[in-house]
Amino acid sequence: MASTEAQQDASVKTPADAEAAPDQLAGLEAGLDALETRVKDRVPVSRVLLDKVLPPIVAIVIVLALWQLAYALELKPHYQLPSPVDVGHSLQEKWLDGTLLGYVWHSVSRGALGFAASLVIGTPLGLLVARVRFVRAAIGPILSGLQSLPSVAWVPAAIIWFGLTDSTIYAVVLLGAVPSIANGLVSGVDRIPPLYLRAGRTIGATGVAGIRHILLPAALPGYIAGLKQGWAFSWRSLMAAELIATSPDLGTGLGQLLDQARVDQDMSLVLAAILLILIVGIGIELLIFAPIERRVLRSRGLLANAR
Amino acid sequence: MTATLTQKPVDKNGAGTYAARFDHVSKSFGRPGAQQLVLDDITLDVAPGEFVCLLGASGCGKSTLLNLVAGLDKPTGGSIDVPGGRPALMFQEHALFPWLTAGKNIELALRMRGVPRAERRDEAERLLELVRLKGAYGKRVHELSGGMRQRVAMARALAQDSRLLLMDEPFAALDAITRDVLHDELTRIWRETNLSVLFVTHNVREAVRLAQRVVLMSSRPGRIAREWDVEMPQPRRIEDAAVADLSVEITEQLRGEIRRHGQH
Repeated sequence: MASTEAQQDASVKTPADAEAAPDQLAGLEAGLDALETRVKDRVPVSRVLLDKVLPPIVAIVIVLALWQLAYALELKPHYQLPSPVDVGHSLQEKWLDGTLLGYVWHSVSRGALGFAASLVIGTPLGLLVARVRFVRAAIGPILSGLQSLPSVAWVPAAIIWFGLTDSTIYAVVLLGAVPSIANGLVSGVDRIPPLYLRAGRTIGATGVAGIRHILLPAALPGYIAGLKQGWAFSWRSLMAAELIATSPDLGTGLGQLLDQARVDQDMSLVLAAILLILIVGIGIELLIFAPIERRVLRSRGLLANAR
Repeated sequence: MTATLTQKPVDKNGAGTYAARFDHVSKSFGRPGAQQLVLDDITLDVAPGEFVCLLGASGCGKSTLLNLVAGLDKPTGGSIDVPGGRPALMFQEHALFPWLTAGKNIELALRMRGVPRAERRDEAERLLELVRLKGAYGKRVHELSGGMRQRVAMARALAQDSRLLLMDEPFAALDAITRDVLHDELTRIWRETNLSVLFVTHNVREAVRLAQRVVLMSSRPGRIAREWDVEMPQPRRIEDAAVADLSVEITEQLRGEIRRHGQH
C-alpha cells in the first residue's frame, strides 16, 4: 500500500485528534450505510396486471378455443365431447338448483379437516424424523417412499377396515398428506444452514428453546413447501376416496358428483365436476398457500423478482 | 511436546486475573489410530479487558480454538477456563436470523440470557445505538448492508453481556473501506465496554491495527509460535507507519512458518 506516505506522521496523534475522531467516524459510517442501502422501487399496478394476470388469461382462452375447435370438427361424437358452452350450462344448472356450493363445501370442509389432522400428526412426526437419528433410520425411507405410493391404493383397504364411512375417507386423506407434511419439515430442517444452529447455541438457544426459536423458524420455508404439497395430496386423496367410496351415508361431494355423472352418462356434468375439482385445488393454493409462502420468503429476502 | 516460545509469565493467583485461560490445550479429530492433531499444547491467558489477536495461515486451527472456548466443542487434552461464563461469538458471516428483524435478533439473545420482556426492547435499542444503528430496529437482515449486518451481529454478541468476546474473522468478507470503518468502531466499543476480545484473523495488518497482543500460530498442528505486544496507542490507523513496520516483521515470521510446510 502506498498510502503510508500520506500518513507518515499519523502515529504522533494529539489528544485533540482522538477526541474529534468519533464524530468523524459516525459521519463516515452514516455515509457508508446510506450508500450501501438499496433503494426500493414500487411496481405499478398496471405492470403487475400485465405481468401476472394477462398470461394465464391468454392461456385459458387458447385452451377454450382449441376445445371449441375440436367440438366443431366433431373429433368425437357430441355426447362424448360436449362444447365449453354445454359444460357451462351444466354448471349453471347446478348453480341455479342451489346444489353446486353444497358439493363444493362438502368436499372442501372434508379436505380442510383432513388436512388439519394431517398437520397435527405430520408436524411432530417430521420433527422426530429430522432430529432423532434412530427414528430417521427406522422410518425415514418409508416416509419418503409413502409419498410415491398413490393414495388411491389405500381406498380398498380402508373400505374393508372402516366400511363406507367418513373414517374411510379421512384414513385415505391422512395416508396421503401426512408423509408430505412430515417430509417437507424434514427437508426444511436438513436445509438449515449449520451457521444458524451454531449461532443459536452461542447465544444459549439450546434444547426446547433451540427448537422453538431457531430450528422451526429456520425450517419454515421448507415446511410451507411441504404443507402446500400436503394440501395437494389431501385434495387428490379425497377425490380418489369420494370417487370410489360412494354411499348415501357419505353425502355428496365433488367426487360423488363426478361418479354420479359418469353413471348417468352426462359428459358435460363429468367435465363440469372435473373443472370444479381443479378450480378448488388451484383456488386454495392461490388464496391461502401462495400468499403465506410469498410473505415468508419476502420477509427473508429470498424472493428475488418481487422485492 | 514442544514448549511454547516467549510465553508470558502466568499469574497463579487464580480467577479474576484472566478472562480466558488455555492450559496445555490440544485437539485431535478423527478416529483413534487415524487421528489428526489440529491444536498442540496451546497455553495462553487473555487478561480481563485485553484485546488479543490470534494470527495464522490456513490450518493453524484458529477456528477450532474459538469453538473450544465457545463451548461448541471439547478439547482432547488440557483445559480451558472461562470464568465469565459463556463467551459471545461473532462469525465471518453475520449469522443473523433472517426471520427476525435486526432488533428482534438482539432481543432473542437478551431473552436467552433471561432479561425480562419489559426491558428487552429498550436494551436492544441501546445496543443498536452503541453500534450506531439507531433506527434499524425494525429492519430485516436483507435490507441491511454487509457492514450494518456485522454491526447488528456485534450488538447481538454484546447482548449476551459476556466478559469475553470471540471474533472469528468477522470482517474478512467486507470490502476494504467498510472493514476499515468497522476496525475503528470495534476499537471504540472495546474501549467503551472494557471487554476482553479474542480476535482470530489471517490479516497481519488487521491484527496489528486492533490488538494489544498478537499471537502468531504455526500450522498443522496449530502451536503458538511467537507473541508480540503492540504498544502503540489506540485509535490507530491501518496506514500508520508503526503499524506497517510491525506488520512487516510479523509477516516475515508468518511466511517462515508457511515455508516450513513446503520443505518436505
